[in-house]
Amino acid sequence: MKLECDNCGHEWFYQDEEEDMVLCPECQNEMKASLEGESCSLERDVEGVLETYPSQPSSLIPILQEIQKKFGYLPRDVIEDIAEYLELPVSKIYGVATFYAQFRFEPLGDHMIRVCHGTACHVKGADKIGEAVENKLGIETGETTEDGQFTLERVACLGCCSLAPVMMVDDTAHGDLTREKAKDIIEKYKEGET
Amino acid sequence: MSKNIRVGYASCGIAAGAEEVYQALEGELEKHGLDIDLEKVGCIGMCHNEPIIEIEDDEGTYTYGNLEADNISQLVEKHLVEEIPYEDKLITSPSEEYDYFTKQRKLVLRNSGEIDPESIEDYIERDGYEALENALDMEPQEIIDTIKESNLRGRGGAGFPTGMKWQFAKDADADEKYLICNADEGDPGAFMDRSVLEGDPHAVLEGMIIGAYATGASKGYIYCRAEYPIAVKRLGIAIEKARVRGFLGESILDTDFSFDIQIKEGAGAFVCGEETALMHSIEGERGMPRPRPPFPAQEGLFEKPTNINNVETWANVPWILRNGAEEFNSIGTEESGGTKVFALAGKIKRGGLVEVPIGTTLREVIFDIGGGIADKKDFKAVQLGGPSGGCLTTDHLDTPVDYETLTEAGAIMGSGGMIVMDEDDCMVNVAHYFLDFTQEESCGKCTFCRVGTKRLLEMLEDFSKGKGNEEEIDKLKDMADKIKKHSLCGLGQTAPNPVLTTLRYFEDEYKAHLEDGECPANVCRELITYTVSEDCIGCGTCAQECPANAISGGSKEVHVIDQDVCIRCGACQEVCPVDAVEVE
Repeated sequence: MKLECDNCGHEWFYQDEEEDMVLCPECQNEMKASLEGESCSLERDVEGVLETYPSQPSSLIPILQEIQKKFGYLPRDVIEDIAEYLELPVSKIYGVATFYAQFRFEPLGDHMIRVCHGTACHVKGADKIGEAVENKLGIETGETTEDGQFTLERVACLGCCSLAPVMMVDDTAHGDLTREKAKDIIEKYKEGET
Repeated sequence: MSKNIRVGYASCGIAAGAEEVYQALEGELEKHGLDIDLEKVGCIGMCHNEPIIEIEDDEGTYTYGNLEADNISQLVEKHLVEEIPYEDKLITSPSEEYDYFTKQRKLVLRNSGEIDPESIEDYIERDGYEALENALDMEPQEIIDTIKESNLRGRGGAGFPTGMKWQFAKDADADEKYLICNADEGDPGAFMDRSVLEGDPHAVLEGMIIGAYATGASKGYIYCRAEYPIAVKRLGIAIEKARVRGFLGESILDTDFSFDIQIKEGAGAFVCGEETALMHSIEGERGMPRPRPPFPAQEGLFEKPTNINNVETWANVPWILRNGAEEFNSIGTEESGGTKVFALAGKIKRGGLVEVPIGTTLREVIFDIGGGIADKKDFKAVQLGGPSGGCLTTDHLDTPVDYETLTEAGAIMGSGGMIVMDEDDCMVNVAHYFLDFTQEESCGKCTFCRVGTKRLLEMLEDFSKGKGNEEEIDKLKDMADKIKKHSLCGLGQTAPNPVLTTLRYFEDEYKAHLEDGECPANVCRELITYTVSEDCIGCGTCAQECPANAISGGSKEVHVIDQDVCIRCGACQEVCPVDAVEVE
């Protein structure tokens, strides 16, 4: 799950959900990791999001989008909160959320790599770039590396067709890729240079 | 001499490094104490030269491209301090016309790359919102008649006459009506709408406000792909500024007409480009289409009469009202007025955003504007209209780009994606690529699309492995025909197009796969083999690169690829320093 430090505001990816207390890697602040209690920034966030939307069905997708922006994915318990707020069954919300490619139900890695498979990228070797990245990270497309550093996805088109083949790491597009270039870019992120 | 500098700041520019270039420019201007206006503008259109800056002075415009932050100090030193052009990166200067633009005609893109999209003042300075002011003095019917006379047709792909659509919405009787801008540009390989929204968002808003006044709508939505964050941001800013200026909201420009616009971000479903699916998505439902009638003009969003047009269609509206229907109609063909924006990409020398009068030939677009095929290869095909369109060949190069001619040839005008392919592209693979896309994006509501696309894809998979025969091809054609006829919405009805056109124009290539077990373009992996020739210098780079560990050989010895282990990814060929890896 994604946690936000209640001291410095740093957000990070937290894997060991068994622990009660966690240390913020940024400021070493010790805080509760549970979903309950005062120091839980997660719950406060959900309510804050819900209240800004009218309780009507057409609010559902914008709410899901904002929740995902905050947490990187749609946690099960948050979906239940949304269901209660909009007075919709949980199944209905899953029905809508799973229909759209944008929504994720698993936590994300620190870096999101999206390899473009638009037509221009396809004819310029997007498959090869995808393979090279998979090999480099040791995961298949759609998976997250074990250390939680990278999630790899394919996208239909990023719309920077003149730079094909393209991949996007977080919000930065990298164009005119070759296998080598793609691997070098990932290496840089691994070493924390970017 | 007064100067100003514009930096292309659309998505492709930023992806190519416009941000670094901008920062370097800021730094250099400050260093030299130069007081020159530095502006971030939308897409300049020459994506193949990104990042681009334009320096304008009294003589005209100098365009510099393919820049890196490292070039900027020299560029500033030369052009701005010594006042001599920096030849290394100069693309055009006022004394020479760049032939990339000679055959283009910019109506929709007239402001893109010229103004700061986040500044409403820039837009107003170029006659922005003048059309709206005039429109509010007209009767709604007069406006609709003007649009009808202009012969403007839907730029989303289907080409339905816009004026007629507006008429239906106006004639519908209801207490509330809606208006939608379809900005769910989902075709892979298309970025026209994104560029318009990023480069000139007010043109779209102005078109929508005029449309709302003409049809009697009180509320508008822009349904934009979430994958276009910059477009969403600039639209948000534009809406806010238009409200402050009284172009949007209650009592627009002190008349009794009120209208407001809200942005809805799409959530990544291609089918939401279909109008009824899009409306379901705005309502918070799964984006699935429904049968028509009732058409949206009678019963659309929230069951109210709704008029929906595409981004480019809306952006044409202010131009038409400012310049008149006749002027618009004089551009283009008899059946269709105005221009069309294309996203030119693929194996082309000069890709980018291109706006040409409807009726321009494919040859003019691909060779005169695009400069032909990159890397001295031969032109093979051009794919128009994305997954709903088709592949055309050399024989079609002199085909005028208009709705009827393209449909007749088996392609469609589509929203404007134009992907050029060369001799290295396999048409069976291209058909497979598009089918893979539509099959994945089929919403699953109707059987012909859901099951049909899946079966088609399986057949194409077999073909790419050399499995199948003439009979199978007939079966494929028959199934494609049924999917076209019986699917519920445009997605299914057009999904077989890429298969049918490639079959129609490249049947030999299909036969080569099936009868000879060969992929002439050396793309389909099951039908090719990689071998190492005697030219190998035994450097071992390929063996290191091979993800399957299929290559062996001692130092300075000719290496060997184990065909049983090889996955035919081609990585060895890419890294070989002496081109000793051959494919056949």
